[in-house]
Amino acid sequence: MKATPRVEDDKKAKVPNDISSFRVWRKRLVEAANKHRSWTIVISMAIGSVLLYFWAAFPPFSFVQSQNTWISGFVNAGVFILLALGLNIVVGFAGLLDLGYAAFFAFGAYLYAFGASPFTHLHLPFLVLLLGGAAVAAVFGIALGAPTLRLRGDYLAIVTLGFGEIVPIVFLNAEKYTQGTNGIGGVDRPNIFGFVFPGIDQTAYYVLMSMVVTIVLILVYRLLDSRIGRAWAAIREDELAAAANGINTVTTKLAAFALGATTAGFAGVLNASKLTIVDPTQFLFTVSFTVLAMIVLGGMGNPLGVAVGAFILYNIQAVLLKQLNAVFDNLNVPILQDIDFVKFQFLLFGIALVLFMMFRPEGLIPSQRRRQELHSADAESSEDLALVAPEAGEVAL
Amino acid sequence: MTVAPAATGGEPMSDDLLLNASNVTKRFGGLVAVHDIDFTIPTGSIVSLIGPNGAGKTTFFNIIAGIYDPTAGVVEFGGRKMIARSKRAWLEPFIWFSPGFVGIIATIIASGAGASEGTIFIMAGITLVALMATMLVGVARPPGYQHALPRIGIFKSARPNDMVGVGLGRTFQNIRLFQNMTALENVLVGMHTRLKATWLDAMFSTPRDRREEKEAAEEARGYLRLVGLRGKDGELAKNLPYGDQRRLEIARALGSKPKLLLLDEPTAGMNPRETQDMIVLINRLRRELGLTVLLIEHDMKVVMEISDRVTVLDHGEKIAEGSPEAVRGNPKVIEAYLGAPAE
Repeated sequence: MKATPRVEDDKKAKVPNDISSFRVWRKRLVEAANKHRSWTIVISMAIGSVLLYFWAAFPPFSFVQSQNTWISGFVNAGVFILLALGLNIVVGFAGLLDLGYAAFFAFGAYLYAFGASPFTHLHLPFLVLLLGGAAVAAVFGIALGAPTLRLRGDYLAIVTLGFGEIVPIVFLNAEKYTQGTNGIGGVDRPNIFGFVFPGIDQTAYYVLMSMVVTIVLILVYRLLDSRIGRAWAAIREDELAAAANGINTVTTKLAAFALGATTAGFAGVLNASKLTIVDPTQFLFTVSFTVLAMIVLGGMGNPLGVAVGAFILYNIQAVLLKQLNAVFDNLNVPILQDIDFVKFQFLLFGIALVLFMMFRPEGLIPSQRRRQELHSADAESSEDLALVAPEAGEVAL
Repeated sequence: MTVAPAATGGEPMSDDLLLNASNVTKRFGGLVAVHDIDFTIPTGSIVSLIGPNGAGKTTFFNIIAGIYDPTAGVVEFGGRKMIARSKRAWLEPFIWFSPGFVGIIATIIASGAGASEGTIFIMAGITLVALMATMLVGVARPPGYQHALPRIGIFKSARPNDMVGVGLGRTFQNIRLFQNMTALENVLVGMHTRLKATWLDAMFSTPRDRREEKEAAEEARGYLRLVGLRGKDGELAKNLPYGDQRRLEIARALGSKPKLLLLDEPTAGMNPRETQDMIVLINRLRRELGLTVLLIEHDMKVVMEISDRVTVLDHGEKIAEGSPEAVRGNPKVIEAYLGAPAE
């Protein structure tokens, strides 16, 4: 009997205690995740990929399409995640608007088509071509960057737009070397140390894509927090002040272009090896635009946000809109039956962009810094600071 | 006051000049912002540049910092010619395009001589790579390239980041911090030239990169403490009070370990106490870090208190130069500031 009140006391005390201990654990978890970020990315990507792979066979996924179709879609989404992560280096980190990003995607894809197809009778190893595609894209990134880096804002966007238009047209018209509109077909499927990827079952592609996305995510995060990441942020905020602090703005911007293009090169090789055909229509302006929309909606500057944005947007465009068509076809509503939602995707993207710019300009999962820029004098952010500053100060002392 | 020994002529100034600007002129269209100015900064001194608004102080400052090319004149830094009007700059693109040009000619000759398609393809590839390499060098302008250019008679002024590389740090009249970065990150950006980690180091998180980042953060905190921002390293620059922002800008400039620090109105908009703190800080920087300081200032009290030498500009011309006392009594200076006396 004596113990009873004490227990009650404990219970009373426990309620807030639980919350605070939850907070403490969450804080510890966040701290650990920040400290070992690369491992956090590896583990969460591994868990996420495995979960998604098996869940695709169960509801609600299984109502829509087969597991293999889902997996194939996820691989395609992976291509867009890579593109978005790469473009995010140029647009999100360094603040250079690039509207011709699909060109670098094309270089990766065509390099793979030249290196591993019956067209050239070359069958080089997949991994060599994966790196080669990235390298070629990087070289062209520098080639585009070097003459245009004196341009800023709108002018840079116009030049990159032109570059993005020129590249597919060159591939289209150089028929002798690229087979023009027919494209280069029958491209080899990846062959990694003797294991040839099967065509129907997409599991191998899925595993490869998860690994590449994981590696790129880790590298991009490391870049963000490094000397060069700070230099990019400085250039984005105030180019003159950056130069006056010793940053060579030219080489730093070139590095952003080259590294962004590298990622597109990876994406190009992987996409070509999955589709087994490369033709110029895969690299039109719509690709550049879609990737840019993914970045803006996902959270410019934040690799995680960008990756999530790309994944969601790809699945909306490739799955949801098609399903809407099917649903309304079955419903037998006369007008809705006639609407092809897939054709409306850019209208929908446009509306989404307008809404996001109005209500959440920093995107779905914003980067801390971008949010600061967009909401300069928010009460919320100053509260955050009040919590953070004393801790940081203690470290300094 | 012990803070200004030099004002009484107590501190011997060394004879070697850190900066030597001669006959510097800058025209913007028809406006002569700076006209034929000779200006020297002895190593270890605090030199001030004063004058009414629009006298060309900041223009002169920007020329020294590598932002504007002068219309005429030469600026030497540490005995090396860094800034002058470009000479034969039109020759430079020829250097960039010559390897590519040679390659194109060679490819055309080869195709005319009936070489196989593969050979021509490879030659065209080599041409492209050579062209890109020279373009890249020309655009990025590494130091070796800049030193090589004068030998063949081409001269191009150093850019702002090159000036930082040889030892010049500066602040801006209207504070230009990186507003959305923390104080610590601002100083780390200032240390950019002294950090060696490349993007490859960053990507693979090499031990060099990790050690460097750690040491750099430690050093940056040291600079923050030096300017009196102890414990504020986690604050966003834009959330700091005005006086602290000025101090942070100085800390950021110190990050590059400059030999010469250019301060553009460091006490503008400060109250008397903050101004006094700034005077103490500037003197301390000279004493502890051995810095040479060039100051643009409107506050005469500050100028007279800490300067070894004062130069007065008016309408882009130098009207007086000398010790603070001499300048204070100079009738031309009084006229420039107060207007000509009524006859």
